[in-house]
Amino acid sequence: MRKLYPFPGGVHPPEHKSESNGRPIAQAPLLPRYVVPLRQHIGNPAKPVVKVGDRVLKGQMIGQPDGYVSTAVHAPTSGRVVAVAPQPVPHPSGIADLAIAIEADGEDRAIEYQPLLDWRSMDPSTLRNRIRDLGLAGLGGAVFPSYIKLNPKAAARIPTLILNGAECEPWITCDDRLMRERPHDILRGIAVMQALLHAEEVLVGIEDNKPEAMAAMQAAAEHCGFPLEVVAVPTQYPAGGGKQLTYLLTGKETPSGALSTDIGVQVFNIGTAYSLYRAIEFGEPVISRVVTVTGHVAEPQNIEVRIGTPIADLIRLAGGELAGASGRLIGGPMMGFDLRDDAAPVTKSVNCVIVKNPILFPPPPPPMPCIRCGECARACPALLQPFELYWYAKARDFGKAQGYQLFDCIECGCCSYVCPSHIPLVDYFRYGKSEIWAREREMQAAEQARKRHEFHLFREEREKQEKADKLAAKAAERLKQGAAAPATADPEAERKKAILQAAIERAQKAKANIQPRNVDNVPPDVQHEIAEIEARRARLREAAHAQDEDKA
Amino acid sequence: MTGSPYITQPRRETPRIMLLVLLALLPGIVAHWWLFGPGIWVSLLLCSLFAIGFESLALLMRNLPIGFYLRDNTALVTAWLLALSMPTLAPWWLYLVGVFFAIIVAKHLYGGMGQNLFNPAMVGFAVLILSFPVQMTQWPAPAALAAHVPSLTESFDLVFAGQGSLSIDAYTSATPLDSLKTQLRAGTAFDDIIGQAIFGHVGGTGGELVALMFLAGGLLLLALRLITWHIPVAFLGAMALTAGLIQLIEPGPQAGILFHWAAGGAMLGAFFIATDPVSAASTPRGKLIYAAGAGFLTVIIRVYGNLPDGVAFAILLMNIAAPLIDRYTQPRVFGHAGRKGKGSR
Repeated sequence: MRKLYPFPGGVHPPEHKSESNGRPIAQAPLLPRYVVPLRQHIGNPAKPVVKVGDRVLKGQMIGQPDGYVSTAVHAPTSGRVVAVAPQPVPHPSGIADLAIAIEADGEDRAIEYQPLLDWRSMDPSTLRNRIRDLGLAGLGGAVFPSYIKLNPKAAARIPTLILNGAECEPWITCDDRLMRERPHDILRGIAVMQALLHAEEVLVGIEDNKPEAMAAMQAAAEHCGFPLEVVAVPTQYPAGGGKQLTYLLTGKETPSGALSTDIGVQVFNIGTAYSLYRAIEFGEPVISRVVTVTGHVAEPQNIEVRIGTPIADLIRLAGGELAGASGRLIGGPMMGFDLRDDAAPVTKSVNCVIVKNPILFPPPPPPMPCIRCGECARACPALLQPFELYWYAKARDFGKAQGYQLFDCIECGCCSYVCPSHIPLVDYFRYGKSEIWAREREMQAAEQARKRHEFHLFREEREKQEKADKLAAKAAERLKQGAAAPATADPEAERKKAILQAAIERAQKAKANIQPRNVDNVPPDVQHEIAEIEARRARLREAAHAQDEDKA
Repeated sequence: MTGSPYITQPRRETPRIMLLVLLALLPGIVAHWWLFGPGIWVSLLLCSLFAIGFESLALLMRNLPIGFYLRDNTALVTAWLLALSMPTLAPWWLYLVGVFFAIIVAKHLYGGMGQNLFNPAMVGFAVLILSFPVQMTQWPAPAALAAHVPSLTESFDLVFAGQGSLSIDAYTSATPLDSLKTQLRAGTAFDDIIGQAIFGHVGGTGGELVALMFLAGGLLLLALRLITWHIPVAFLGAMALTAGLIQLIEPGPQAGILFHWAAGGAMLGAFFIATDPVSAASTPRGKLIYAAGAGFLTVIIRVYGNLPDGVAFAILLMNIAAPLIDRYTQPRVFGHAGRKGKGSR
């Protein structure tokens, strides 16, 4: 029996797993229309490589990775691109995002998949790039591009690979069903991870409320050919948090602001291992995933649906909403969010859709004042003092809130869950974080503006000085000439004329300089370059002018 | 629109917490009734009514929903703690003044529930003991020693109409803490003092049993996880240490640990007053420091000060220090290895 290291805090909400974990994973039929958002992962959204009217095949890349932290998106079926435009997406903000809408042609023809069966002999870098182009991202909800996580820094050694099958959020059972039904496939995905990371031990953490999944994984693990241990962890939310599961299984604390790889641990979700298996075995990109549809629906269950399936259709596939439904949640009740528009599609991060009703999800009672009882601190897995953070966030004293390590809050919701005064603590923390981010952005912008302004002042001053010098030199020249040529009557009048002439020239030049500028918002280095070019031009103009004068 | 989590399930809600605190006070109250007569009910009733009145008034003036906030029961907790800190059978206006300072000044002028720097009941008590020292030290004599134990009707008469035909000496007496101090200073031998009937077995006839019942109520709070062990243990521990030290360094015989624990408001303070989360320190280490300070000061005030008991002022003094203590005892945050957390920059 492996020694476990219970993480601090946590709660044990009603599990509500049995509603949806009794049925096998259902296959969704082909739907007439899919909407594939380009931002389905952490990092840069994919760049669209198709346009309206294009015909696409199932599995064809329609958005390519853009930069390092990015991955690809693919057409879920064959058909025609009917829109590349902002459309509703499952995001807490409810703001539309760029997505590619595809009208299915009903043939469901796929591109020719290139299996990676020889992955063991492949160059690791090539293999990882293939994985990137197949669109793999963490399916546990964080959707971090997998190819990066499979590429540890040269110096980092990853002795421990953890597979997250905890599924600690109430209601969600998609990983549970996947482990029960396809343990061998999952293990083949894990094998690739293990080999790429050179992991010495592989731990599969599963909450002990999933005995069937445990048994299935254990049975499959007997023949997997590499050291793998299936570990039952106590059912205590948030055991499935990356840092929590890492600590639970290894006793290692992920340092604040660091990654688990810094302590030699890499964590993947079970669903990610399964999609890696599909990628390796069939060369299939991530165009489908298992989603739990549960709550106030006729037939709660897990359904394997294509990425891009409108959530309204997904709910219909689960028998539809029952009378009295009061909204839908994406994800679990502890960390999920309200869906604003059910036209939004299933993305790689959507693991669960819960249809609410007022009995299962009653509106929160009105909050009472905080009495600093400390229940929240005892429930906090990050060992924070939420009531202090609340105090400062409410007072908009964000500096203090940061001093109390606001950014170590993982927003798991345990504090709000246990608060005797029903204070929506996590809302305050999200607010505090976003305010701090906004302020930092403002400060950066202000700093840039200040630098720009200072340079502007400097340049003006320099030009003024240069002109004054030139003018003085010219005046002196004229004076000398005047003295040499007696034809000119009055040297004083001549000097005044020279000054006047120079003033006219200056005015003309100033007029010429007033023109719309589209370079005001460029970074300081570019500004600097522009200034240099302009200075050069001015010098040339000056020279030409001097020549003209000489001729005259 | 509020975000996740979409489910909540506190072990118990704030109004329930306060109600349970009231229930946990009952054993001590019943013991008091049994040992000192029914007067305690009069003072509890009066303080409760005044507290509800002042609370409603303050909420009205602050434009807050009265019904919603009255249901939180905090005003009643304040009222009961104040009533239990005051002599029963005091004139009615003494309760009125005490509750006024507790509810209006210490609580609502500081921003209401959850915002008060000081424990409201102790502020009320402090104002009274400084302003009306005579009335505040006329404690009812233990029933076993009293010439006369006022009945419930007599108690009402005493509170509202004054003494009437009853001689004040018939039903009041100095408390053990007070008698010990004055007599020691008068030069009476320790053993002679402690042998007097009022001193009972360890901490005063009647009073020691009431203290025992408050201890029982306090253990109930612990069992219900309404409080943690830190404050009572540190409070009583520091009292014991300080009392022990004083016995060592002072030339003559001094009151022992058990006496300090059983006399006056020690148990009430340790379990019910110092543990008020709003005005106490809140980190585990902070609670230990805060309560140890309060326990230490309690004994120091008792032995070297001129006040009849030290609990109230000890707790008020530590209330001042609580925010600072919290700031320097912030627990280590997960992932911040080894570093001792400083609350803020």
